[in-house]
Amino acid sequence: MARLAIDGWFTIEDGVTHLLGTRCPGCGTVCFPPQPGFCRNPRCEDDSPALARLSRRGRVWSYTNACYPPPAPYVPAEPYTPVTLAAVELEREGIVVLGQVTPDLTVADLSVGMELELTSGPLADGPLVWMWGRPHA
Amino acid sequence: MTLVVGAGMHPWGKWGRPFVEYGVAAARRALADAGLLWTDVQFVVGADTIRNGYPGFVAGSSFAQALGWSGARFASCYAACASGAHAIEIARTRILAGLCDVALVIGADSTPKGFFKPVGGDRHDDPDWLRFRLLGASNPAYFALYARRRMALYGSTAQDFAAVKVKNARAGSLNPNARYRKTVTAEEVLASPMVADPLRLMDICATSDGGAAVVLASESFARRRGLSGVRIAAVSTVGPTFPNTVLEMPNFATDSSAAVPPPERAFRSSIASAAYEEAGVGPGDLSLAEVYDLSTALELDWYEDIGLCEPGEAAEMLRSGETALGGKVPVNPSGGLASFGEAIPAQAIAQVCELTWQLRGAAGARQVEGARLGLAVNQGLFGHGSAIITVV
Ligand SMILES: [Zn+2]
Repeated sequence: MARLAIDGWFTIEDGVTHLLGTRCPGCGTVCFPPQPGFCRNPRCEDDSPALARLSRRGRVWSYTNACYPPPAPYVPAEPYTPVTLAAVELEREGIVVLGQVTPDLTVADLSVGMELELTSGPLADGPLVWMWGRPHA
Repeated sequence: MTLVVGAGMHPWGKWGRPFVEYGVAAARRALADAGLLWTDVQFVVGADTIRNGYPGFVAGSSFAQALGWSGARFASCYAACASGAHAIEIARTRILAGLCDVALVIGADSTPKGFFKPVGGDRHDDPDWLRFRLLGASNPAYFALYARRRMALYGSTAQDFAAVKVKNARAGSLNPNARYRKTVTAEEVLASPMVADPLRLMDICATSDGGAAVVLASESFARRRGLSGVRIAAVSTVGPTFPNTVLEMPNFATDSSAAVPPPERAFRSSIASAAYEEAGVGPGDLSLAEVYDLSTALELDWYEDIGLCEPGEAAEMLRSGETALGGKVPVNPSGGLASFGEAIPAQAIAQVCELTWQLRGAAGARQVEGARLGLAVNQGLFGHGSAIITVV
């Protein structure tokens, strides 16, 4: 299997992608990317947030694209097609997570509030990142 | 209260000179404006630039050395787009503490061509590097997320965004320190290339070279030396309150509201609110405002965040002409970032220069009639924001 573009932020098992965050056992606050060692809730002194898989579906908070190739260290595909980005709200975790959108979707297909599901796909130079895609039934 | 007794700028542009030159030029103009000498200055604060090597990280020292070591103390500070305002706060605090009478605050930047890219090197623990590497999420992408959300929540349109640019370009055409001095039409904005949907090239501020400086003095010093100035009624540099539920550049995610509900005031509106509270005034008292229009759409967000109107009403307010020169409360009479482009460490200081000139009645063709109270606000990366209120 292709390597992941970053270790510890997401997993792919049996073709199913999960974002990895941390959840504080003391207060329930969730962090993405994972934040071990302390909890960001200012009224919580717990120091043992545990790794947790985040919800795989959420609703679009907002979206955009990059009409021009993003600068390094991004490695744009050649020829370049616009990268689409979506910020997706995960209800249970109470967070919004930014990600690329699968290449079959463009900004014309997206709207604020629509449901997307987590998957993964390759960057132009090979390694995999998490991506937001069409929900599967 | 602390007074701004002098303001000076080196014009914005793409001059290709070292940042220290712009800072020194701005400082000399500010000192001349105040009628003071460099050797009168007891404390220098430099707003840092992170793109110009070590001299940029120790900006206070770099400017003090260039102006000539005088024995003055100095400090340097970095707070992203709010660096200049945080530098002003450091100087003001030292004056208010009675530890000095005259301070000089300087910010200047020399920028590469094109949109901002992260500082070089492989930095796998730096979110500002990772957002480019993993997502290709440039600065305009974040501005565009806010713009799209505004369209979805409040029905703002590309025409509204273009109208912000038209308004600011008109004001900027009257400002000799602005980089872009041409008026533009809505058609030109709407015909410019799409960069990050829904934002087009002319919706997004450029990166510029420039320098700005202000001379601050205690009231007693100003009285002794017969200096006139505008008073700094408030400086707010509040940070966010957990959980911040807006996706902030350069982050991958918001804070979680799973355990703690979002605060009553979102971060951006809390910045101005703290300044109003300190000054004992409200949005109804403003003669003018300088807001950080990194994009045209973001200027509309600011109208609501500083309380000029209710959430969702900014586009209507813009269309009414109230925020244009000649309107009830002109916003960005300087021309804003739309006319300047962003010279990060100088920009918040430039905002205060504009407030100073407006409140003195010295803003020339872009003068806001009868200006008595002005607000400058901005927000930068990593929870840095600022709001400064000045009064006659
Ligand atoms: Zn906790």
